[in-house]
Amino acid sequence: MFERIKNLVIKEFISYFREKRTIFFLVATPLIQIIIFGYVATMDVNNVSTALYDLDRSSESRELARRLESSGYFTIERRPTSPREMGEMIDKGEVLCALQINRGFGKDLQKGIPTEIQVIVDGTDSNTALIAMSYVNTIIAKYSMDMMAPSITAHLWRLDLRTRVWYNPDLRSRNYMVPGVIALIVMLTCLLLTSMSIVREREIGTMEQLMVTPIKPVELILGKTIPAAIVGYFDMALVTAFGVFWFEVPINGALLLLVLCTGAYLLSVLGIGLFISTISRTQQQAMTATFFFFQPAILLSGFATPIETMPEIFQYMTYISPLRYFLVIVRGIFLKGVGIEILWPEIMALVILGTIIIAASAFRFRKRLA
Amino acid sequence: MKLLRVKAITKKELIQIWRDPLSLAMALLMPVILLFIYGYAITFDIDNISTVVYDMDKSSLSREFVNQFHESGYFTVRSYVEGYTAIDPYLESGEARVALVIPGDFSERIRKNENAPVEVIIDGGDSNTATIAQGYTTAIAETFSHRIRGKTLTPLVSSRSRVWYNTELKSRNFIIPGLIAIIMSVIIALLSALTIAREWDRGTMEQLIATPVKAPELILGKLIPYFLIGFADTILSIIISTLLFDVPLRGSITLLLVLSGIFLFGGLSFGILVSIAGRTQLVASQAALITSFLPAFMLSGFIFSISNMPKPLQIVTYFMPARYFVSILKGIFLKGSSLKVLWLEATLLSLFAILVFILANRKFRKRVE
Repeated sequence: MFERIKNLVIKEFISYFREKRTIFFLVATPLIQIIIFGYVATMDVNNVSTALYDLDRSSESRELARRLESSGYFTIERRPTSPREMGEMIDKGEVLCALQINRGFGKDLQKGIPTEIQVIVDGTDSNTALIAMSYVNTIIAKYSMDMMAPSITAHLWRLDLRTRVWYNPDLRSRNYMVPGVIALIVMLTCLLLTSMSIVREREIGTMEQLMVTPIKPVELILGKTIPAAIVGYFDMALVTAFGVFWFEVPINGALLLLVLCTGAYLLSVLGIGLFISTISRTQQQAMTATFFFFQPAILLSGFATPIETMPEIFQYMTYISPLRYFLVIVRGIFLKGVGIEILWPEIMALVILGTIIIAASAFRFRKRLA
Repeated sequence: MKLLRVKAITKKELIQIWRDPLSLAMALLMPVILLFIYGYAITFDIDNISTVVYDMDKSSLSREFVNQFHESGYFTVRSYVEGYTAIDPYLESGEARVALVIPGDFSERIRKNENAPVEVIIDGGDSNTATIAQGYTTAIAETFSHRIRGKTLTPLVSSRSRVWYNTELKSRNFIIPGLIAIIMSVIIALLSALTIAREWDRGTMEQLIATPVKAPELILGKLIPYFLIGFADTILSIIISTLLFDVPLRGSITLLLVLSGIFLFGGLSFGILVSIAGRTQLVASQAALITSFLPAFMLSGFIFSISNMPKPLQIVTYFMPARYFVSILKGIFLKGSSLKVLWLEATLLSLFAILVFILANRKFRKRVE
């Protein structure tokens, strides 16, 4: 039995590597993805392009502009000369945020008369708009406090908020996104690889040849899974190394645990791929079904948005996405450095999911052969 | 180029599509499912942040403070704990993202008019949620301070913020128009990436080579049926977004359809180019993934804003047709932009389509190697 599986694994690798393009894609696809994802997938809001319509041109208004820029959140790119021009800049998307400081701003401040600043934010991207707005308000509130006479502010009772940020104190979104991206890339590559594996033999017509050999269905499934698992591990190591050394994302937990959990993850991902392969008749179907599966699986995994913000029905749907469990694991190991005592429910879920789906595909496969 | 031969290839391809109703059904169902998930499940609005509270004071004032957190809607108090060590497992397992620690002398200090320190521990892992949560806690603390003081102090400088275009700041309005570009990119990749590679894999390419069909005829013939499916998907997506999700369509629908058509044509030509270059279906599918789906998702400004990317990647985005299409969609849907504003995007989109079509024709060799 082992001899036959071994031969099948060798055959599979030969068919991968016969085409130079395949090797290129097994190495290049994950690398391109980690580079793009790693650089792009940040939700940080900074350098918001801003227009400042300063009618006052006093030292006070200049000071406020200086504070906006030195915060790092805003870059004053335009200085419109009329309200209409300011509106057009937002219309065209040249700036995300516009501030209007009216005439007399500096004089009012000196006299201690309360005054107002108009802020317009382009709300198309609601997340950025929300964050940008809160930054503007904080900067203006701070400026307002500093401008008040110290005799008024000293005796005010204040709730003193001491905020501590754990796990990712600098709030680098890359530290959060890159581990997720690693999980995502491994899933994408492995899914396509396995979902097309068995169906390819059928479509090209080599399945008949395999069937006249003494290979049993279980052996065939293992012979198809093992090479994909090896490729999966290789890709995992590749993108993890890239994430750690290039993007400088720290791994706070045990590397060995990560290796073990990857095994459980691959089990369920490859199982799903095999299942798609056994129900598809053509590679086109397999590819369509893979896309059909992985997009909801990514969206409903907590990759981009937290699961608790989803409606309850969708929260239940997240349980069938292997990515959901592995995201908790990689983020736990990378960011929090937690061990098996915290992660065991997720590991169990992956193993159970994988076992069920592989059993189901073996069953389907046997039925089709008979 | 003979129209008859184009028609013959189109007919052959249509028969092939018809024989695979499963793939066709999935291609038509995909936009519906994606729109539903994005429309209902994905929101970038952060609320219900799970919180644990360690209240050492247990006074009416401290309860009032915790209540204010809960009632804001931004935080949901999951449980109360005793002791710092009890907080750790909640944050480690992700059961809570925020922990509130109120000191024992909280109410006493308020009575004495001394500043009272309250500790907030935030799970910084998800930095986006953490940043927003931080903003919320500051605002709540500020309101609480005002209430304790009894009188509100008029700030010297206040800001009057107005939001344009998406006044309610609903992330759905922002996501859905851009999503149509993503859906179309996915459909394009799915439909076209295997179409030529399949003929090589199955050995039917030799038969095609033996016929008098020329490269442009073959490519155009294969393109037309997929264009029809893609266009049906586009119309379906527009109907669902406007009728079901109430996303406003402020601009001209004709302009939207014409530009969608141009994007589809360019995308499908590109997919066929990938299919020609990939040769086997396995390679073509991987190539489609990283050349069509990923750039559309990551580099189009759909979710991740382009101005936040490093300069080299920003330059790369200029070569992505999805980038122009996303700004066209957002413009027409949310701002009601006309061709006067969008002419540059429209021109670049057309240029891309023509260029890629020519390239695909050049690359295609009617030869058995």
